[in-house]
Amino acid sequence: MKTKAGGISKTTMNDLITYGMVILAYIVVQLLVKTGHVSSLIQGLLVPFCTYVIVAIALNLTVGILGELSLGHAGFMCVGAFSSAVFSLAFKDAIPGGLRFFLALLIGAAAAALVGFLVGIPVLRLRGDYLAIVTLAFGEIIKNIINALYLGVDSKGIHFTMKDALSLNMEEDGLMLIKGAQGVTGTPNDSSFTVGIILILITLFIVLNFIHSRTGRAVMSIRDNRIAAESVGINVTKYKLIAFTLSASLAGVAGVLYAHNLSTLNALPKNFGYNMSILILVFVVLGGIGNIRGSIIAAVLLTLLPEVLRGLSDYRMLIYAIVLIIMMIFNWSPNAIFFRKRLKQRLTPGSRKKEA
Amino acid sequence: MKKKMLSLVLAGAMMATLLSGCGSDGGNAGSTADNGAGTAENAGTSDDAADTSADTDASADAADSASAAGGTLKIGGIGPLTGGAAVYGIAAMNGSQIAVDEINAAGGVNGMMLELNFQDDELDSEKSVNAYNTLKDWGVQVIDGCVTSACSIAVAAKTAEDNIFQLTPSGSAVECVANPNSFRVCFSDPNQGAASAQYIGEHGLATKVAVIYDSSDVYSSGIYEKFAGEAANQPFEIVTAGAFTADNKTDFSVQLQQAKDAGADLVFLPIYYNEAALILKQASDMGFDVKFFGCDGLDGILGVKNFDASLAEDVMLLTPFAADATDDLTVKFVTTYKEKFNETPNQFAADGYDAIYIIKAAAEKAGITADMSNADICNALSAAMTEIQVDGLTGLGITWDASGEPTKDPKAVVIKGGVYTAM
Repeated sequence: MKTKAGGISKTTMNDLITYGMVILAYIVVQLLVKTGHVSSLIQGLLVPFCTYVIVAIALNLTVGILGELSLGHAGFMCVGAFSSAVFSLAFKDAIPGGLRFFLALLIGAAAAALVGFLVGIPVLRLRGDYLAIVTLAFGEIIKNIINALYLGVDSKGIHFTMKDALSLNMEEDGLMLIKGAQGVTGTPNDSSFTVGIILILITLFIVLNFIHSRTGRAVMSIRDNRIAAESVGINVTKYKLIAFTLSASLAGVAGVLYAHNLSTLNALPKNFGYNMSILILVFVVLGGIGNIRGSIIAAVLLTLLPEVLRGLSDYRMLIYAIVLIIMMIFNWSPNAIFFRKRLKQRLTPGSRKKEA
Repeated sequence: MKKKMLSLVLAGAMMATLLSGCGSDGGNAGSTADNGAGTAENAGTSDDAADTSADTDASADAADSASAAGGTLKIGGIGPLTGGAAVYGIAAMNGSQIAVDEINAAGGVNGMMLELNFQDDELDSEKSVNAYNTLKDWGVQVIDGCVTSACSIAVAAKTAEDNIFQLTPSGSAVECVANPNSFRVCFSDPNQGAASAQYIGEHGLATKVAVIYDSSDVYSSGIYEKFAGEAANQPFEIVTAGAFTADNKTDFSVQLQQAKDAGADLVFLPIYYNEAALILKQASDMGFDVKFFGCDGLDGILGVKNFDASLAEDVMLLTPFAADATDDLTVKFVTTYKEKFNETPNQFAADGYDAIYIIKAAAEKAGITADMSNADICNALSAAMTEIQVDGLTGLGITWDASGEPTKDPKAVVIKGGVYTAM
């Protein structure tokens, strides 16, 4: 496993390639933006790319490393997004931009981690697919709670209700933070591509080091054989909880980035619902379960694809689905993998000689 | 391996762009818009693959716009064209397209032709910003959107940054027009809620009112809040307020029973017509004979499939547009719409139609030409908006103040014998 290549182990080399890829992408995009070669569409997509890359990496930690299925990562994103957006809106004038966004990140990550922890306590003790079921329900519950939640602040303090805006009994000059279905409006626009890339690098650093750490290996041993892991004295619930909470908090960070990119934030089925959770899972599955670099590439490609297909107007979603299926087949079908190998051999003349 | 996957996808996207170019040749009214979108897409894809072709695309764009004699004013529309809210987006797009065709056939605005490019936002604020950026790549000069409130607010933040004039046909939340460069065609939610309460109070329609509203919908809860606020000043009381959410909108027997038990003599429905049709049916099944009063969302209730129109007898609604009105403008619009799209237009179509004519009126007032910069167009149009008066489908003599809110009279209609009749 530890084949040394010039003093660096293979895993370190692999990780460095992943970091390098992100940094290279950043430099190339920044150069293109500076020289004016990037369309507004792509410029507008840069922050969403970062958001989905982070949440895909986070989910890959649960699905690939922990080996549990989570269908509620959009829900954790939602928690991170709303908690941080409320904070940023409340302290819009009180705290300067950079510091406020940093605190918002911490709050979003902490809130999502807390919720992930609470969801995980009962469920991760069980064997089987219960996490998938519970997280699926959790995502829907969070969305509905936020849609019914009214939160405001005025000189008397914080008001909140689940009924309607009138029963808040706010003063005239009070500030509405969450307005039920209308969500949070007027969040400061603190997200930028640079911040997003830094967050991706931090996420990568956390996740990759986690995987190679003692804790990470314990988590993977549970994934591979729970009974064997238990028999050598690994506290299964504890390690599962650590991994899942970490994954939830990273999804929360993605939510913070999402919330501070748009001036309005609502919990719609479209952005924080079941479909979004599945889409994140698609990023992970397409990129390769347990393959962090693959998740990054898949997240960027699949976010880009529907926008690039805009020219097709009515057929856009149809083509998107077909392309998705083709990509899955190309990437994962045994026949396709064989075909790719053959193709590679034929295209690179050197390799054939080596084979012979 | 990954590289190949990437190139496959990009190749696929390129082919898709080509296909769309071919398709639009044989297309209908929207063909020019499609072409424009195709060009923008090309720019997007090639930027990602290699950075060389951007220049050629830009020159192609320039050649495109120079083809009309007095230039072309590029209007970008944004709304949901796919998904659950597609009805509204498509209606607004069709309405706007009819207006654009009419204006172009009559010689354009200040000698300019209008060109409409309508992009899908899937009812997602993130996607609506993507749609807006797509339009920017296309070279948009005026934004006719978004159709829904949340998307409008998201895009408004961007148009204010870029200084592009924005007129939302039907984004009714207060914040949609918070910026000096954004205006709207429809009533705001608070306006409708307050106007409904005043109307019921002034005409002595009821003493006990029950409300059934969708708490997960911005439009519905916004109207309800102001309605409840204004009701305190009116000679009637709200006896129950039954809420439902988008996830649970098929059975209303609980809310109706509440209203019945409370002895309500009028039920206020600030909701869309699909749910209202179910409520009317269920009320009639349980033998609850009561007056119903709704807002512009109820417009279209007579067009619901398999809905017994007699159930809607005597339903009152406050709406800026009724497809059965007999004035010349409405008759002409409805006939054209039916001919082209084989449907009866709803209020969103009317809002979309009016939006284009409002842009025309403001552009004529301000003397906009196609070669002006976006910021100049925006400033000139924003100033002109407060000076114009427009007779549209959704109101006569509509005027605006600097806040972006329209001033027009709410019209109430009642359904009699299966048609809308003015009250």
